[in-house]
Amino acid sequence: MSNSVSTTIKSFYEYEGKHKGILGWILSTDHKRIGLLYLWSMVGFFLVGVFLGFLMRLEMLSMGPTIMGPQMYNAAFTLHGIIMIFLFIVPGIPAAFGNFLLPIMIGAEDVQFPRLNLLSWWLYVTGGLFAIVSLFLSGGPIDTGWTFYVPYSIRTSTQVILPLIAAFILGFSSILTGINFITTVHRMRAKGMTFFKLPLFVWALYATGWIQIIGTPVIGITILLVIVERVFSVGLFDPALGGDPILFQHLFWIYSHPAVYIMILPAMGVVSEIIPTFARKHIFGYKAIAFSSLAIAFIGTLVWGHHMFTSGMSDTARWVYSFLTYIVALPSAIKVFNWVATMYKGSIRMSAPFAFVMAFIVLFSIGGLTGLILGSVATNVHVHDTYFVVAHFHFVMFGGTGFIFFAALHYWFPKMFGKMYNEKIAMTAVGILTVGFLMLYFTMFILGYEGMPRRYYDYLPQFQFLHIFATVGSWVLISGLLLMFWNLLYALKKGSPAKANPWNGMTLEWMTSSPPPFENFNYHPEIKFGPYEYEHYDEAVKDEYK
Amino acid sequence: MEENVVHQEHKNTPGYGYNILIWLTLISLTCVSVAVAGLDLGAYILLTALVIATIKSTLVINIFMHIKFDDPIFKLFFSLIIFTLFVLFVLTAFDILYR
Amino acid sequence: MNTNSHNIAHHRDDFGSKMGMWLFLFTELILFGGLFIMYMVYRVEYSEQFHLAAKELNLALGTINTLILLTSSLTMVLSIVAIGRGSKKISILYLIATILLALGFMVIKGFEWGAKFSHGIYPGGAELANLSNGEVIFFGMYFVMTGLHALHVLIGVVILSFMLVFLLRDKINKDNYIKLEAGGLYWHLVDLIWIYLFPLFYLLH
Repeated sequence: MSNSVSTTIKSFYEYEGKHKGILGWILSTDHKRIGLLYLWSMVGFFLVGVFLGFLMRLEMLSMGPTIMGPQMYNAAFTLHGIIMIFLFIVPGIPAAFGNFLLPIMIGAEDVQFPRLNLLSWWLYVTGGLFAIVSLFLSGGPIDTGWTFYVPYSIRTSTQVILPLIAAFILGFSSILTGINFITTVHRMRAKGMTFFKLPLFVWALYATGWIQIIGTPVIGITILLVIVERVFSVGLFDPALGGDPILFQHLFWIYSHPAVYIMILPAMGVVSEIIPTFARKHIFGYKAIAFSSLAIAFIGTLVWGHHMFTSGMSDTARWVYSFLTYIVALPSAIKVFNWVATMYKGSIRMSAPFAFVMAFIVLFSIGGLTGLILGSVATNVHVHDTYFVVAHFHFVMFGGTGFIFFAALHYWFPKMFGKMYNEKIAMTAVGILTVGFLMLYFTMFILGYEGMPRRYYDYLPQFQFLHIFATVGSWVLISGLLLMFWNLLYALKKGSPAKANPWNGMTLEWMTSSPPPFENFNYHPEIKFGPYEYEHYDEAVKDEYK
Repeated sequence: MEENVVHQEHKNTPGYGYNILIWLTLISLTCVSVAVAGLDLGAYILLTALVIATIKSTLVINIFMHIKFDDPIFKLFFSLIIFTLFVLFVLTAFDILYR
Repeated sequence: MNTNSHNIAHHRDDFGSKMGMWLFLFTELILFGGLFIMYMVYRVEYSEQFHLAAKELNLALGTINTLILLTSSLTMVLSIVAIGRGSKKISILYLIATILLALGFMVIKGFEWGAKFSHGIYPGGAELANLSNGEVIFFGMYFVMTGLHALHVLIGVVILSFMLVFLLRDKINKDNYIKLEAGGLYWHLVDLIWIYLFPLFYLLH
C-alpha cells in the first residue's frame, strides 16, 4: 500500500546540504529540521520536569521530610516550574509543530528568516544549558519558586542570577520566533491563500506571535532589574530603600499572564485542525474562532492583576482586573462551543489525536471554569496560594496544552516521520493518562479548597489521605506517559510507512509526501478552497495525495 | 540583477532639505521645552514636557523612520503597540493612584 | 523543480525585512516601556523628592546630549537618502558622522555619571545613604534607565559600524540598502527613547 509519491520524492531527511551528519542538523536552517530539533530537546526537558514532579510527589507521600528536606523541596518545585514553563510549554507547540508546519500549511518553502530561526533554537539550547549549569554553582539551586518574587529573590543566597539569565535568553528565543512567524504569515502565503483561507492553526500561531512580541520584553526588563538589584542593590524593589515589591509583581505578571495564552492559543489552534479532520466537517464558525484568537491575545494582556488580588493592590484595581478576567473567558468559551458544534452531525473517526482532544475539552473546561472561581476576588482570597491554584493551572496547562502537545505529536507523526504509530496502544495511553491526571490533579482542587497551601513540603494530618491518593495518581499518569512515548519510539523504528494523507485532511501539509521533501512541495501550491471544505475534497486534493 | 526582488517604493522619500527642516524643528522644540521648564507651571510642567516630547517623537517616527510614507500596515502595527502600552500604563495606574 | 539546489531560492523581500525590524523595535519599545511604567509609579509616589533630586542633574549636559542624538538621527537619515541616490561617499560620511555623534553622547554620559559617582551618588554610595527614599529611587531609576539606554547606544554603534563596513564593501548599495534602513530604524529608536528620558529626568524642576 505504499504511496508511489513517497518512494520517488527525496524526503528532507535525505537532503544533503552544506553540512553532513550531526552538523547537517544543528546548523540547518530548514524549518523542518529546526522543528524536530526543538521537539527532541523539548521532550528531553519535559521528561526532566516530569522526574522532578515525580520526586515532589514522593516527598508529599507523608508528612515531614520523606525523601528530602525543605530546602531541596523548594529547589525542586522551582526547577519543575522553570523547566516546564520556560523549556517546555511556552516554546512548546509553536517551536516544535509551528516551525515544522507553518510554512507548509501556507504553501511556503520556509519561514521569512531561516537563519534567525536557527538562532532561536540555539538560544533555546543555551538557555536550557545555563539553567542546568546554575544548579551546580555557588549557592545551590534557586529556591524562589518559578515566580522569583522580590524581596526573597534578592535576598536568597541561592544561585539566582544564572537561571534568570537563562530565562532572559529563552525569552529572546521566543521573541525571535514570534517575529519570524508573523512576518512569514504576512509575506509568504501561496497564491490563493487569503487570510480567511488560512488554517486555524496558522491563525493561532499568528496571534501567539503577537503576544510573544508584546509580552516577553516585560519579563525581560523584570529579569534585568532583579539581576541589577542583586548586584548593585539599587533599591528599586526594596521596601527598605523606598522600592515597591508590588511593582515587581505587576511587571512580572504583565508578561506571565499573557504567557499562558502563548501556551494555550497554539493548542487551541491544533484542536481546530483535529476536530474538523476527524469529524469530517467544516469547522463551525471559522471567523469566530480566528477572531477569538486575536481577542484572547489582546484581552489576555490586560488581566494580569488577577494574580495579585492578595498582594496589597488597591481595591479599585482588584475589581477592574476581576471584571476584565471574566471578559477574557468569553472568547475561549466561544471556541469550545464552536468545537462541539463542529462535531454535531459530523462523521466521527476515532483515533488517538481525537481522543486526546476529547480529553482536552473536558480537562480544559474544568481548568477554565475554575479560573472563574479564582478570578472573583471574594473566592480568590480563600484559595489563593493553595493547591486549588496548582490544580487550576495544571488542568489548563497540562490537561490543556500538554494533552494537545501529545495530540499534535500523534496527528502529525505520520507527516513528520513517515511512519504510522499503533493506534490501539496510543488510545490506551490516552485513557491511562486521563485517569492518572484526574487522580493527581482533581484531588488537588479538594486539597486546596480544604486549605492545603502550595509550595509546602509538610502538611497537617487531615490532608494525608488525599496526598497519598494524588501521588498514586502521579504514578498512573507517568505510566501513561511512558507507554505513549514508548509506542511512538517503537513506531519510529518499526512503524509501517505512512501515506501522504492518512487522515484525508485538506490542509496543505497533507498535499505533499510523508515526510515532505526539502522544499516542502514538488509543485507550486495554489489554493482554491478553504482548509475545511471537505465537499471540495476530490477537486482540491491531487490523486496521489488521496 | 535579481528577479523577484521586492523593493520598497522610494518615490516619496524626502530629500536632504526636508529632513534638515524637520531636524531644525526638533532642535527648536528641544529649546522650547528647556525654556518652558524654567517657568513655574506647577502641575502642568509634566504635561507640557510630555506633549512636546510626543510632538518630537511623532516627527521622528513619521519622517525619519519613514512610517508616513510606507505601507499603512506599519502605521497599524505601531498604533496597536502604542495603544497596548497606553493600556498597560492605565491599568497600573488603577493600582497606584487608588492605594 | 531542482531538488538538488543547495539552498531555498530565497527571493529578496525588503518589505518583509522592514516588517521584521519594526516588530523587533516594538520589543525594545516595550522593554523600556516597563521602565517608564515604573517611573510613573514612583513619580506619583515620590513627586516632591523626585523634584528635589532632579536638581542634581546637569541640565546643560543633558540638553547637549539631546541635541547630539537628534542630530545623529538626521545624519542617519541623510546617509540613507545619499545611498538611495547612489552617492556612496556622502552616505559613508553621514554614517561616520552618526557614529561619532553617538560616541560623543557616550563621552558626555560618562562625564555625567563620573561626576555623580565622585559625589557619592550611586547605589551604595555614601551621599546616597543620606538621601530620602524618594531621592534614592529617583537616582535608581536614573541610573537604570540611562544605563540601559547607553547600552543600546553602544549596541547601535556596533550595528552602524557593521553597516559602514557593508557600505564600504558595496554590500549596501543604491539597489540594495535595506540593511542600512534597518540599522537606521534601530538608531532612531535609540533617539526616541532619549526624547522621553530627557524631560522626565532633566526637566522636572
